[in-house]
Amino acid sequence: MTTEPQDTALVDHPLEVLTDAGLTQPPSPLDRVRTVLHRYPALSPALVLILSMIAFGLLNDRFLSTANLSLVVQQVAVIGALAIGQTLIVLTAGIDLSVGAAMILSTLVAAGVATDHGWPGPLALFAALVIGVATGVINGVLVTRLNLPPFIVTLGTFNVFTAVALLYSDGATTRGIEMPGLLTWTGKSFTVGGAQITYGVVLMILLYVAVAFALSQTSWGRHVYAVGDDSESARLSGIHVTRVILSVYVTAGALFAAAGWILMGRVNAASPNAGVDANLDSITAVVIGGTSLFGGRGALWGSLIGALIVGVFRNGLSLAGYDPLYQTLAVGVLVIVAVSVDQWIRKARA
Amino acid sequence: MTTSTATSTPILEARGLVKTFGHVVGLAGVDLELHAGEVLAIIGDNGAGKSTLIKCLSGAYTPDAGQILVEGRPVEFHRPDDARRAGIETVYQTLAVSPALDIASNLFLGREQRLPGVRGSVFRMLDKKGMRDRAKQQVEDLGISTLQSMTQAVENLSGGQRQAVAVARAAAFGSKVVILDEPTAALGVRESAQVLQLVRDLRDQGMPVILISHDMPQVFEVADRIQIQRLGRRAAVITPQTHTPQEAVAIMTGAMVVT
Ligand SMILES: Nc1ncnc2c1ncn2[C@@H]1O[C@H](COP(=O)(O)OP(=O)(O)OP(=O)(O)O)[C@@H](O)[C@H]1O
Ligand SMILES: [Mg+2]
Repeated sequence: MTTEPQDTALVDHPLEVLTDAGLTQPPSPLDRVRTVLHRYPALSPALVLILSMIAFGLLNDRFLSTANLSLVVQQVAVIGALAIGQTLIVLTAGIDLSVGAAMILSTLVAAGVATDHGWPGPLALFAALVIGVATGVINGVLVTRLNLPPFIVTLGTFNVFTAVALLYSDGATTRGIEMPGLLTWTGKSFTVGGAQITYGVVLMILLYVAVAFALSQTSWGRHVYAVGDDSESARLSGIHVTRVILSVYVTAGALFAAAGWILMGRVNAASPNAGVDANLDSITAVVIGGTSLFGGRGALWGSLIGALIVGVFRNGLSLAGYDPLYQTLAVGVLVIVAVSVDQWIRKARA
Repeated sequence: MTTSTATSTPILEARGLVKTFGHVVGLAGVDLELHAGEVLAIIGDNGAGKSTLIKCLSGAYTPDAGQILVEGRPVEFHRPDDARRAGIETVYQTLAVSPALDIASNLFLGREQRLPGVRGSVFRMLDKKGMRDRAKQQVEDLGISTLQSMTQAVENLSGGQRQAVAVARAAAFGSKVVILDEPTAALGVRESAQVLQLVRDLRDQGMPVILISHDMPQVFEVADRIQIQRLGRRAAVITPQTHTPQEAVAIMTGAMVVT
């Protein structure tokens, strides 16, 4: 709320001239940059991606080769897909630490029902989807009905889902050849102009398109933003806040199952040991992608860019011959920089 | 106006509303009647229960006891959306606007309009341009001159402009009752006058208005009746014709007791 004195000199002007409320000082160039970044949250990660690609291209000529770039995209597909659901949750000012566990549980169930019970591929995939949705319902109900902080809820369910996955699978890995071909179909690829593209990558991009559409073009998307922005204002504006949040966790759960399908194709197996870093990596992608952990601000495409930035740094540093530890170091620095930039951008509000 | 409407069924009525917050008593059994085409002002000291009262009427709070009636029919509001559907629009003291969304999105928040045809029915696409145009039209029709571009994010607006957004939303969509909780608190002299004119216009169109304000001259200028809240109770209902502002303040502070 402003407390600046209102301009009483304007009182005797005709009604129409009163257009000055607000902007009194011309904004500095830095303020203008901040306002633009505020308006287009995916802009700064996009710049980082382009600059880092140029830098790694200069370090090693193989980096920008079509073969290498399509490899980066394949490596990023699983985290990129997980980051969609994670973005939805973070937009509501939540966080999901259980995404990787939910994904792995769904893959193990799909592989289990297919190999142990002979379910056909489509049915096994459907089972994975049901498991994904169920994990979303559990998280969503705990967050909305019991009013628990998402961080704590998903820390708990992370352990629960992990344990259930290990109990269900006996810790065993099911190899790709033992499963119906459909379950690992996402690992198959086709070639376009020398670039190898897996169906998993195509699926991920289709999911981005669909969810980005829902976020930007439907009232559901608008309500997701409004709830994350200021949930009490959203409630007073007539939005059913708990319903929106629940729908977000359930949608995210379905998306985690889809990420699981991409994972099975990528590693050609269903394994309780695959993607153990996925929980934090998905959050990393979202944060680097410019979505605010405080909710209500961000763009879905930013998360794909964030996942790509992580992939580019890992691949580029290893091609340039650096110790893998430097990849971890670089990603850590990126996260902290991204959060600092977000804090700075958020001050544009005041 | 007051005498002629006193006998008809109130548009909005509250009986014996009680609302407590732990040990704090917000409302200790409050009545309220709002008649067609009148401006009912609610005044009272800070913490007298004014906002709590209107939050019960707008569905933001569920009262612990008491009854709310719309046009004589008992209603139960479980959430703000219920009251909005009943035609009651509210400008809250906290404004309840979404900072990151633009003006048009805020005006239509929770009642977005979709595109015609399959784009709207199957793909659920928002009619963004339509809502922008209608928002602009509504703001103009309401005589609110402080809002320019409907695509401006509300967080970039001044306090007064935000208040204008909240007032425009309530005035544009209210179909039975408009409730304004200190709608001029952040406004300059001219903008306050605009809101007061808006209140009169609404009344002249037959829309009853509840106006909470600490500004005595404003209240005595625009109100048909004045309900005075004191310590969670209704201390009195007066009119600008029967009482002076000094007497109203005396009732508010307990220096004068009305029987
Ligand atoms: N959400 C809440 N939780 C706890 N106590 C509350 C809550 N809302 C109101 N109260 C208490 O109820 C009483 C009435 O508050 P209310 O906001 O209705 O006052 P008011 O008349 O609107 O005051 P003001 O003029 O300052 O806006 C106060 O004692 C307040 O502390
Ligand atoms: Mg109040």
